[in-house]
Amino acid sequence: MTYDERLQNVSVLGAAGKMGSGILLLTAVEMAGRALLPENKGKTFVLNAIDVSDEGLAGLMNYLRVQVRKIAEKKTVWLRKMYADRDDLIENFDIIEEYVFDVMNIVRPTTAMETAYRSTLVFEAVNENRSLKVKLFSQIKQNNDKDAWFFTNTSSVPIHLIDEEAKLEGKVIGFHFYNPPAVQRLVELIRTDNTKDKVVDFAYAYAKNLRKIVVPSNDFAGFIGNGHFMRDGLYGISEAGRLAKEKNMPLYKTIYMINKITQEYLIRPMGIFQLMDYVGIDVMQFILNVMNPFVKDEDLQNDLLDKMMEQGVKGGQYSSGAQKDGFLKYEKGKPVAVWDIRKQEYVDVDTFKDECDKMLGDLPDSAVTWKATLRMKNKDEVFTRFFNDLKATDTMGSQIAINYGKRSKAIGEKLVSDKVAKNSDDVNTVMLTGFFHAYGPINNYFD
Amino acid sequence: MTAGYNTISLGTGRKEFNPKKPRPGIEHYIKEAGQGVLKQIGGAKNVDESVIGNFMAGRFNNQGHLDGFIPMIDKGLSMKPAVRVEGACASGGLSLVTGIRNILAETSEVVLSLGFEVQNTVKAIYGADILALAGWFKKRKTGHAYFFPGQFSDRAGAYYEKYGYERTRKGMSRWYANAIENARLDPTAQEYHNANPDPYATALKMQPNGRAFVDHLTVLDCSKVSDGASGITICSVEGLKRIGVDKKDAVEVIGFGHAVRDITTDPTDLTELETIKFAAHQALENAGITIDQVGTVETHDCFSIAGIMAVEALGLAAKGEGADYVAAGKTGRNGEMPFNTTGGLIGWGHPTGGTGVHQAVTIWQQLTGKAGKAQIEISKDRPYGLTINMGGDDVTVTSIVFKRGE
Repeated sequence: MTYDERLQNVSVLGAAGKMGSGILLLTAVEMAGRALLPENKGKTFVLNAIDVSDEGLAGLMNYLRVQVRKIAEKKTVWLRKMYADRDDLIENFDIIEEYVFDVMNIVRPTTAMETAYRSTLVFEAVNENRSLKVKLFSQIKQNNDKDAWFFTNTSSVPIHLIDEEAKLEGKVIGFHFYNPPAVQRLVELIRTDNTKDKVVDFAYAYAKNLRKIVVPSNDFAGFIGNGHFMRDGLYGISEAGRLAKEKNMPLYKTIYMINKITQEYLIRPMGIFQLMDYVGIDVMQFILNVMNPFVKDEDLQNDLLDKMMEQGVKGGQYSSGAQKDGFLKYEKGKPVAVWDIRKQEYVDVDTFKDECDKMLGDLPDSAVTWKATLRMKNKDEVFTRFFNDLKATDTMGSQIAINYGKRSKAIGEKLVSDKVAKNSDDVNTVMLTGFFHAYGPINNYFD
Repeated sequence: MTAGYNTISLGTGRKEFNPKKPRPGIEHYIKEAGQGVLKQIGGAKNVDESVIGNFMAGRFNNQGHLDGFIPMIDKGLSMKPAVRVEGACASGGLSLVTGIRNILAETSEVVLSLGFEVQNTVKAIYGADILALAGWFKKRKTGHAYFFPGQFSDRAGAYYEKYGYERTRKGMSRWYANAIENARLDPTAQEYHNANPDPYATALKMQPNGRAFVDHLTVLDCSKVSDGASGITICSVEGLKRIGVDKKDAVEVIGFGHAVRDITTDPTDLTELETIKFAAHQALENAGITIDQVGTVETHDCFSIAGIMAVEALGLAAKGEGADYVAAGKTGRNGEMPFNTTGGLIGWGHPTGGTGVHQAVTIWQQLTGKAGKAQIEISKDRPYGLTINMGGDDVTVTSIVFKRGE
């Protein structure tokens, strides 16, 4: 079966979800692109958008229409070539309309999982729930006579377990997009010892056509991305707890402080508590529960996360992409208050900001914002100067930051020594491209 | 002509431009430019008739019947004649020559001439469709997604091939740099806020990339997508008296040229702008002067290569040497022949239907000493100003020779 034949009937499970909708968009565009090639004229391409929610699927179709149009507007020069033989399509407007229709015409939204029985490729992007994933794959496998291949977007479940439990005979691979899939360029690719080479080859070809950066990860719960982020997040929580105890302060104040340090002192796109809110405290909890049984020398669980869940404060995002409140409360995307776990209410940052900032001390003059570093050509020089200045500063903020940087590096190095990642470059690539860090965690800035 | 007025040219480059926020519509621009003129001529009561130039409000703004907007400017224009003229990007120039002809025919003593376009209503990729209507629609299917950049990219490509890529790019880059430097001196210009310390280097460094845009032009070789309007008064000597403006504050139309080439045919020579050449020489001839008596030129640089070809069409440089002429700084504001002293279409902006009128306003400002920081020195032995306004790919051209009133 050729690449194009494999793509002629595809199903995406959980297509209306945050990850699923992005995967569906990218796959629909890739399939439409293949369908437009002269050698594929007359062939039918079908993409089943499968989800449990009718409402979600309606939203998905709206999302698709808007996004496909944006994509078409960016590649109109190419589209004019592809539709050169259509005398009825003259203006850019006509051509873009036709392309949007052609892409949408590939997609079949449905709540009937059985449509996947006819697919040659099945993408899974349902909840991070091992038994659900296994149940779906196994049911499709038993009823599908098309030699389907199974791609899972899991960010934490070991692929070999899915393979064994769903009896997929090595026709499965971990293809882990980052959120949102249409924007983030990173894909973690996880094969098992049993994964067929032709599945891997196809996965690489598909990733290349989607213009993704592929980082192979070993099949170890959490892989590289969550392997780093989960531990980094837990460290942030423990630092906030330690500080609260040592300084006899309420936890919401130290959460503010650690969040500020991880953003401003470590020059990251967002503070660690904001990032945990972005991912979702519930999702984080899910992933930790998946990972923990496989980790021998650490205990990856946390009382604070449990308590937040109990209190119903979960973070995550609305379908519009807006941030839901979690550890922090957001107004227009910016944190304005912190959750007080005792009183179960948000406390405005303005009421305690000055006091906390004073305790942390001033940043050295060489400080830069994460945003400012985006286009810098001499990043290494800037970071070296700033972190050296930070090391020479004897403030509470700088000390916590330096230790944080060291811990982040140790987490990265452990991923390499545990053989989750092949080398430190792969760890750094994942954090640079998947988490938009300005520098990789394995560096010498904090030594 | 007298009492010129320009709105700002709004679009990318202006600090107040935000594509995501609502912007003023055509009513705002027509009103501002119209009232800006009326204020200088004693009000609407002095106007006999109005001419409004616009290219494609029917598509950009879903609005036709534009002469109906004239009485909206001022009640005093109600129950008076008004006409809308269209000749693609030369619509503004047509507004001027229509007014001039009516004065010469003595059917009016005072004509209010306006031109406008509001283009930022659609994304560039759809704007390209609309602007493509300045070409022959039967050629649209085989044209580039960005149709007009595609047309002038072909012209630039032919010029590179014939006369050399490097030297032409140097000329085109200098043309861009001059446009930016001049625009910075005019607060209404779209590139007024441009702070690039070395626009020449930026333009020279940027290479045309056919995969992202067109084969032989960069975005810096192109005029701006603009919302804007300009207005001016055209009057007879009697009319000038009526509005109470001193001759010294007006410019006299010494001669004009107006010619149209068959839109269904391709240009004979891609490296030459034959209609511009014809109409500009017609204007000079009618004025009874030669190009060396001209002190400044406003030419239609919808693309930098069109600026270079206009230099050749005017006979300032031989064919194939226009790029060198520009590269040597001769079209700069302190050069041998200052071109487009408020930035032209690349620097000031290109609200398509308004451009022709804007050119006349700039010449009026320069010749009467009202150009503010953009003012250049006009010497006594070269007292004339010249405009060249082009519609489509060298299809419709108007050209006017001006001199300060005395």
